[in-house]
Amino acid sequence: MNPSEDHAQSPSPALALTDDFAPGESNFIKVRDFRFFYGKKEALHGINLEIPSRKVTSFIGPSGCGKSTLLRNFNRMNELIPGVRHEGDITIHGTSIYDPSVEIIALRRRIGMVFQKSNPFPMSIYENIVYPLRIAGQNTRSVLDETVERCLRSAALWDEVKDRLHDSALGLSGGQMQRLCIARAVASRPEILLMDEPCSALDPIATAKVEELILELKKDFTIIIVTHNMQQANRVSELTAFFYLGNLVEFDNTRKIFTNPSKKQTEEYITGRFG
Amino acid sequence: MTSHNASSHGNFFAGDGKRTSVFRLLRNHLLTGLCISLSLLTLVPLFSIVVLVVGNGLPLISMGLFLELPPPPGGEGGGFGNAIAGTLVMVGISLVISVPIGILAAVYVNEYAPASRLSSSVRFVAKLLTGIPSIICGVFAFAAVVMTTHKFSALAGGIALSILILPTILLTAEQALLGVPSSFREASFGVGATSFQTIWRIVLPEAMPSIMTGVMLAVSRAAGETAPVLFTALFSQNWIRSVLEPTASLSVLIYNFASLPYAYHINLAWSASLVLVTLVTVTNVLTQLVFAPKHR
Repeated sequence: MNPSEDHAQSPSPALALTDDFAPGESNFIKVRDFRFFYGKKEALHGINLEIPSRKVTSFIGPSGCGKSTLLRNFNRMNELIPGVRHEGDITIHGTSIYDPSVEIIALRRRIGMVFQKSNPFPMSIYENIVYPLRIAGQNTRSVLDETVERCLRSAALWDEVKDRLHDSALGLSGGQMQRLCIARAVASRPEILLMDEPCSALDPIATAKVEELILELKKDFTIIIVTHNMQQANRVSELTAFFYLGNLVEFDNTRKIFTNPSKKQTEEYITGRFG
Repeated sequence: MTSHNASSHGNFFAGDGKRTSVFRLLRNHLLTGLCISLSLLTLVPLFSIVVLVVGNGLPLISMGLFLELPPPPGGEGGGFGNAIAGTLVMVGISLVISVPIGILAAVYVNEYAPASRLSSSVRFVAKLLTGIPSIICGVFAFAAVVMTTHKFSALAGGIALSILILPTILLTAEQALLGVPSSFREASFGVGATSFQTIWRIVLPEAMPSIMTGVMLAVSRAAGETAPVLFTALFSQNWIRSVLEPTASLSVLIYNFASLPYAYHINLAWSASLVLVTLVTVTNVLTQLVFAPKHR
C-alpha cells in the first residue's frame, strides 16, 4: 500500500470536531502546523490538531507513523534526543509550551507520562510514588503518606499493595508495575496524562485493569493514549486520531472513525487491510 | 565414527563413497586436546602462586606481624605494621583523588554530553592511559611532586597511584552508567526531575555496584604496584607520622626484603605477600557485600 500522495504534500487542515463537544472544550491542547525532525529526517509533516480536556484521545496508526513522536512532544521529552528540532507550535491553555517563560521541569510536572515498558525505579513502592514530590523539595511525612494513598487508590492498586508499601517495586507483577507507574505519573497532580502504548507489554487481564483505570482517570485528567490495539482505542477513547507516514489523516469521534471513517486510508487501516 | 562402517556398505550417509580422512579426524582430536590442555595450563601459574604464597607466608603470620616494625638487617623478630599502614594511606590518598574525578568525569562523558568532542577526547585519553607503564606514573610523580617538595613522601606515592588508577575508574564507571537502563532516566525526566536529580537520585545509585567493582579493581592494582611508589614514597623503617615523609609500603617491602641475604627478611617478604593478597581479596568481597543492589 503506497502512501497517498496528496497527504504527503498538503498538511492536513485543522479538523473541527463534530457533534457532542462544546466549543470551549475543544481547544485545550492545540497543535499548529507542527513539524518535527530527527536530524534531517522529517517525522511529522505539519500536524494540526485540537484536543479537548477531560476526554480520552487515542492516537492510532502503523509503526513509524509519528504518533509517539507527537505524544512525546507534548511534554518535550523528545528534546532528550540529540539533533532534534521542530517547527510550528503546541499550546496548552493558550500558552505555547515552547515559550521562553515555560520551564521544562514545570511543564513535565503538569503533564504525567506513562511509558510503553513499565519503568518503576529500583526503590520501594512508597518511594516510587513520592519521587516527584521529593525532587520538588516536599519531604513532609504526612503529605507524602497522603499522596501515596491517593495515587495508589486512583491507580486501583491500594488494596493490593497497602501492606507492603516499603517493599521493592520490582517485586510487583507486570500489570501492577504499570499501574504503579500510572500512580507515580499522577503524584504531582498533573492535568494531562500521556500514555505511550501502556498495555503493549501486558497480558489481557492486566490490560483490562489498565483500561478500566483509564476510564476512571478521565474524570480528572485529559488523557492521550498511543495504541497499536484498535479495539483498545475503540474501548477507551472518545476521540481517535489516525496517523500515517507523519501525517494526521483523520481525527474524529472514535465511534465515527470506527464505523464510518471519511478517509479511505483510515478505513483500510481499521479494517486491517494494511499496517 | 559411524562413517567408517557406513561408507563400506554404500550407506546413505557415505556420500561419494570416500571415508572421512583419518587425518581429518586425528586433527580434530588433536586440536580439541590442545585447547583443553592449554586452558588447564593457564590455571597452573595461578595455583602455584597461591600455594607458594600461602605455604611460605603462613608460618610467620602472628599478631606481632601487624603491630611491630621490621627488624634491622640481620636482626630477627618484629613485623611490618608500618608497611601495611603506609600502603593503606597511599591507596587512600589515590582513591580520594581518583574516585571523585573519575566518577564525575564518567558522569559528564556519559550523561551530559555523550557525543561531544570533549567527551570523545576524554574517553580516548583514558584508554591510552590504561596502557601506560606504571613506572611512568612513578617518574611523573617524582618529577612533579618529589622534585618540587624536595621530599620522598606518601603524598607523592598516592599521587603516582592515583594517575595509575584514574583511567580504570573512569572507564569502568562509564560502563556502569551505560548499563543503567534509559527507561529510568525517561521516568525521572518525565516527572519533572532535573539532570542533576536524575543522575544523583536514580542513575548513580543504580550504577553504584558496578562503579564500586571498578574502584575495587583499582584498589587491587594500586595496593600491589611497586614501581610508582618505589621512588616516590621510597621506604621507611618507622611508622608513618605525616604524609610528607618517606613511607613504607607492602610492595616495596617485598621488593627490598626479598633481595636481602637474611632468611628472616625473606620470610617477612613472603608473609607480606600473603597479607597483601588477603587484604585485596577481603576488601574486594566486603565491597561486593556492602554495595550489592538492594532492590532486586
